[in-house]
Amino acid sequence: MDIKTLTFIVVGLTFALYIGIAIWARAGSTNDFYVAGGGVPPVANGMATAADWMSAASFISMAGLISILGYDGSVYLMGWTGGYVLLALCLAPYLRKFGKFTVPDFIGDRYYSQTARTVAVICAILVSFTYIAGQMRGVGVVFSRFLEVDIATGVLIGMALVYFYTLLGGMKGITYTQVAQYCVLAFAYTVPAVFITMQMTGHILPQTGFGATLADGSGQYLLDRLDGLSTELGFAAYTEGTKSRLDVFAITMALMVGTAGLPHVIIRFFTVPKVSDARRSGGWALVFIAVVYTTAPAIASITKVNILNTLNGPEQQGVLYEEAPSWVTNWEQTGLIRWDDHNEDGRMFFSNDERNEMHVDADIIVLASPEIANLPNWVVALVAAGGVAAALSTSAGLLLVISSSVSHDLLKRTLMPDISDRQELLYARIAAGVAVLIGAYFGINPPGFVAQVVAFAFGLAAASFFPAIILGIFHKRMNSTGAIAGMVVGIVFTLSYIIYFRFINPAADNAENWWFGISPEGIGTVGMLLNFIVAITVLKFTKDAPNEIQELVESIRYPKGSGAATSH
Amino acid sequence: MAFESEDHAKAYWKENLSLMIKLLIVWFTVSFGFGIILVDLLNQITFFGFKLGFWFAQQGAIYTFIVLIFIYIHQMNKLDKKYKVDEE
Repeated sequence: MDIKTLTFIVVGLTFALYIGIAIWARAGSTNDFYVAGGGVPPVANGMATAADWMSAASFISMAGLISILGYDGSVYLMGWTGGYVLLALCLAPYLRKFGKFTVPDFIGDRYYSQTARTVAVICAILVSFTYIAGQMRGVGVVFSRFLEVDIATGVLIGMALVYFYTLLGGMKGITYTQVAQYCVLAFAYTVPAVFITMQMTGHILPQTGFGATLADGSGQYLLDRLDGLSTELGFAAYTEGTKSRLDVFAITMALMVGTAGLPHVIIRFFTVPKVSDARRSGGWALVFIAVVYTTAPAIASITKVNILNTLNGPEQQGVLYEEAPSWVTNWEQTGLIRWDDHNEDGRMFFSNDERNEMHVDADIIVLASPEIANLPNWVVALVAAGGVAAALSTSAGLLLVISSSVSHDLLKRTLMPDISDRQELLYARIAAGVAVLIGAYFGINPPGFVAQVVAFAFGLAAASFFPAIILGIFHKRMNSTGAIAGMVVGIVFTLSYIIYFRFINPAADNAENWWFGISPEGIGTVGMLLNFIVAITVLKFTKDAPNEIQELVESIRYPKGSGAATSH
Repeated sequence: MAFESEDHAKAYWKENLSLMIKLLIVWFTVSFGFGIILVDLLNQITFFGFKLGFWFAQQGAIYTFIVLIFIYIHQMNKLDKKYKVDEE
């Protein structure tokens, strides 16, 4: 069977599974829609968190970016896993004890202020929009390749699917479908990785395989070969990278802290029955995430060698276009791979200097990796299904945050307190619809690769929520004025920096013009520091939080007496 | 007040913070320390075919993170029991 038919069958089957589960677990009440009635066991919750977490950015884009960035790509690996340590140690148990539905609820109640709540809602919406824009691009890449359409059509098809899918169930439906989605995406990610590792080095485990010697009899280590090839072709040595250490530090920090401040991840920890379960959920989530994250760098390096060998030939002299492997011609239809024969010799050549004739979009590398390695068609179809699962699960979680922020936090709690549950649900659905449309626009006109756009969302979360939540738990005198000032300064600073370099003056978007050489991806770290400094300084000049709030903070510091999450 | 006394509450929080800070020091060392700041130095050591600094950045840090969280879960459950603030 050809790839297209197989993809339809595999994606169709997995879809039937998710929708079946969503219908079976349909949300009955508003409580169910938001937090699944608080009755999800930690291992299942960990798996669902992992699926929620590992988006199109992790699945489709990350290994591709690492493949291009080499060592510099480690920012994504460490950044998107290390955040779970912060989450499990510093946030999850306390937020669970606090017992609220959403992050703005926590901020609003802890800082006894409607203004604080509204600022938090606006931050949550900004973060989630940025994030979902990246996801839509990811879904678009998958659909454009396997339906053989251009990328814009792919985005529109994906958008319709995501919206339809989110409407079917709220959190409860999503929790159990996400368990299924985790299984599909982890399987789809690791199976091809095992195959390509065996081909290349004879190892079964990708985690050890990419450090091993090549199976071609040369006895050379894979990473040494890759370093050598990269320098010959004008790329930086794979294991060294080119970013400044400070920038690597800043991006990693922004991603870690952002992870701990992301509203759609935090909401997960409200759905477990007990405080001890919230801690355990964080641990399990990281175990499941690590399965994919420790495999990714293996896919990245092995596929890089494969790409260089198939485009340039084993002698690195270029390969005749007529003899181009099928993955090149297949992906050319999407516009994500291009060949310009500058020297008119009819041969393709991929390098990072004047000899280069290829444009290879980083976002196709994972999806194309089984094709590049000549794996059977069913493996290619499986990877497509995994990509769809990853993008769907995260988009659904994000849409839920956007819709609950608008309908619950903004309308019900602030602007229109009299609306019924039914109306609230209706507004939630309208908000999700608007969100998906804006997401689609940025999916078609992306301001960067999927993983980079997503990194901006993390920077925004790092600069706004993380300090407010940490201070809310660990600094009991922190008052509303300080927290609000901190959040506003943090997010405005970070957003302006990103918008300036990405949209207003993209020509200046390079290390020479960046402040201290920190890229827009890493600027969230500076935003976070500003947030902390502003909040603590403002506190010095204003009154401490009232006594009853300080007592409330004391009471979230131990597990005993946690009830179910409530909305008021 | 769920604690037997004010002193218990203070002691519990102090032990909690000290555990958290110890684990966060390890968290910082394996990722920002070994994976970024000291990467060039560690890269001179080869570890199963990997340069050691590169290995920490792309593999080692992640394994350490998992261990840290499970140590935290285990120690906190013990601490909750010791001060009788665990959930039934």
